[in-house]
Amino acid sequence: MNLLVKGGRLVDPASGFDGLADCLILNGKVAEVGPALRAAEGTPVVDAAGKVVAPGFIDMHVHLREPGYEYKETIATGTRAAALGGFTRVACMANTEPVNDNRAVTDYILAKARDEGWVRVHPVGAVTRDLKGESLAELGELAEGGCVAYSDDGRPIMNAGLLRRALEYIQPFGLPVISHAEDSTLAAGGVMHEGVVSTELGLRGIPSAAEEVMVARDIILAELTGSPVHIAHVSTAGAVRLIRNAKARGLRVTAEVTPHHLLLTEEAVRSFDTDTKMNPPLRSKADREALQEALADGTLDAVATDHAPHAPAEKEVEYDHAAFGVVGLETAVPLLLHHLVHGGILDLPTLIARFTGGPARILNLPGGHLGKGADGDLVILDLDREHEVDVARFASRSRNSPFGGWRLRGFVWMTVVGGKVVQSEGVVRGGAR
Amino acid sequence: MGWRRKDLLTMRELEPGEILLVLDTAESLKEIATREIKKVPALRGKTVVNLFLEPSTRTRTSFEIAGKWLSADIINISGSSSSVVKGESLLDTAKNLEAMSPDIVVIRHASAGAAHLLARSLRCSVINGGDGAHEHPTQALLDLLTIREKKGHLEGLKAVIVGDIARSRVARSNIWGMRKLGMSVTVAGPPTLIPPHVGELGVKVAYAIEEAIRDADIIMMLRLQHERQEGQMTTGLFPSLREYSRLWGLTLEKLRGARDDVLIMHPGPVNRGIEMSPEVADGPYSVILEQVTNGVAVRMALLYLMAGGKGQ
Repeated sequence: MNLLVKGGRLVDPASGFDGLADCLILNGKVAEVGPALRAAEGTPVVDAAGKVVAPGFIDMHVHLREPGYEYKETIATGTRAAALGGFTRVACMANTEPVNDNRAVTDYILAKARDEGWVRVHPVGAVTRDLKGESLAELGELAEGGCVAYSDDGRPIMNAGLLRRALEYIQPFGLPVISHAEDSTLAAGGVMHEGVVSTELGLRGIPSAAEEVMVARDIILAELTGSPVHIAHVSTAGAVRLIRNAKARGLRVTAEVTPHHLLLTEEAVRSFDTDTKMNPPLRSKADREALQEALADGTLDAVATDHAPHAPAEKEVEYDHAAFGVVGLETAVPLLLHHLVHGGILDLPTLIARFTGGPARILNLPGGHLGKGADGDLVILDLDREHEVDVARFASRSRNSPFGGWRLRGFVWMTVVGGKVVQSEGVVRGGAR
Repeated sequence: MGWRRKDLLTMRELEPGEILLVLDTAESLKEIATREIKKVPALRGKTVVNLFLEPSTRTRTSFEIAGKWLSADIINISGSSSSVVKGESLLDTAKNLEAMSPDIVVIRHASAGAAHLLARSLRCSVINGGDGAHEHPTQALLDLLTIREKKGHLEGLKAVIVGDIARSRVARSNIWGMRKLGMSVTVAGPPTLIPPHVGELGVKVAYAIEEAIRDADIIMMLRLQHERQEGQMTTGLFPSLREYSRLWGLTLEKLRGARDDVLIMHPGPVNRGIEMSPEVADGPYSVILEQVTNGVAVRMALLYLMAGGKGQ
């Protein structure tokens, strides 16, 4: 596919470029970036004047739910949501049914993604068989099959000895382990952050220590084995301190943060709205500030949505009984443009870096930059267009977002995958890839 | 001032004036209990549903009597909070109830926030009859009525609440109610049963009961929910019932250090010999049965006010 994007402000954090430039994509790859480019007759041209052109965004943590939970989401609907949200690559977690703990499931996901996906899909394989935390999955075959990381996400690996063996065993394959850092004996059936709000509401709390104990343990195991460990959905100031310290010591530790932890706090739970229930839970104001600061200074490498679709029947119930998780693909970028960039907390190139180069480096993905020969994946942003989040119009099969009704300035105007426009002005186009 | 709320979900949300309105109305309705014919027509033609999805005899009976004395039609629905397992969600139940046009639904449920869920989805009034470890506003109202009757006032009084504060909706509702009406509150118990950051609710924390009760006007002992405790993933919040009752149970001996005019309260039912010895529960300081009597009065007042009656 060929495409010429003209007249936009091109921001490519990988090269440090930030200025007016055109981008020419030929045969699905970036052919040239520079001023006043020309293309052969018949090449589609996009006028990006007044807009920001960036490498396609990468969401390294989503739950596409297929196979097994197609009533929540499918690869088709989840990747449509990704396209609308400005993501050209997503990494999907292994907690499907059956679990992606063997090559056959990986093959199935990749085949589905080829046939029905709107953006590129990178499966994450399980660390342990059936996510049980008892024995290793076939980690070598999962890597051969195209998995980009290993994770039992959704569940912690409580057995430190087993995680140590996993980290040793994966060394030949070069993939990181993504840790869902939660000590389940400390979390102890909690449903929200343990603090003054949980005390008021009488809901069982999950202390920050449940996360921090595990982050500390995982850092120690990263040091012991020398293998890369990535901490998923960091939510506490204490975890940030531990990660900052580990990075300063040169350990192979990386981390991500979600938009909801960057923007919301435990206060949101007061309504007993189950769309505020997620794991890890929304924390305190001080935690939120620490996360924003850590995203700015690079302690947190990536923004990831932890897109977790659930059906209404799983959410329209008592808070105790509601499923954990919120959808995020279609709101992440506008939310952070509005609250972090327009809010003066983060500059635009840094935010783009956390959506592109950050996750690409962690997962060793080819994308995340616009160097010559890179995949022709772009997102084009309209920084000033305002809109209101309307969950009823989500492409995702699920609606469980705490951000419905929020007015946001900053809009994902176009998404391009391999030179093909898959979304423009909020409408997906042209059929799946 | 009249009652303007559709629902009564928490003590936290009430203004002091609203609390006093309920207490004053309860005081004047209380006289019905002394009549030969205990019935007034105030709620004739109104339907009150008691939706009790957690075992309760006391609160349900209290609402039932309150409704009957006011001539309302009372429907009792009991069940288990885990009806989700049986395929009918609370929301399904709520929608089915709505279709039968009740005027007031009283809900008791094992999960915090269940009354909010119901209130959001029903057009009729909802009274929270206890939601998990969150709130039990009618209990706090009857406790305040009892204290005011016995002491003549509320402002400036010192209350100590002893026991499993972390899992107690009674403690939470009383903390809000007492604080709003100018009382000071100390919570006491083993540290594992005191919820984190409870001091931010404006209460003092004590670990030794002897010290906590020394200058208290009111000692409120909570029921130790040991059956609920077993359901928690965190078992063993204290070593044994024996040690609990020795250190935090209220005995005549510990009471010697308390004021002569102290009131001893308990939301019931009492675990005699665990949180308090029988001599204390049945002794001269105890106002436990007055609490039960006032429970009916407070619930009459609420049903009356929420069905549109003008306060006293």
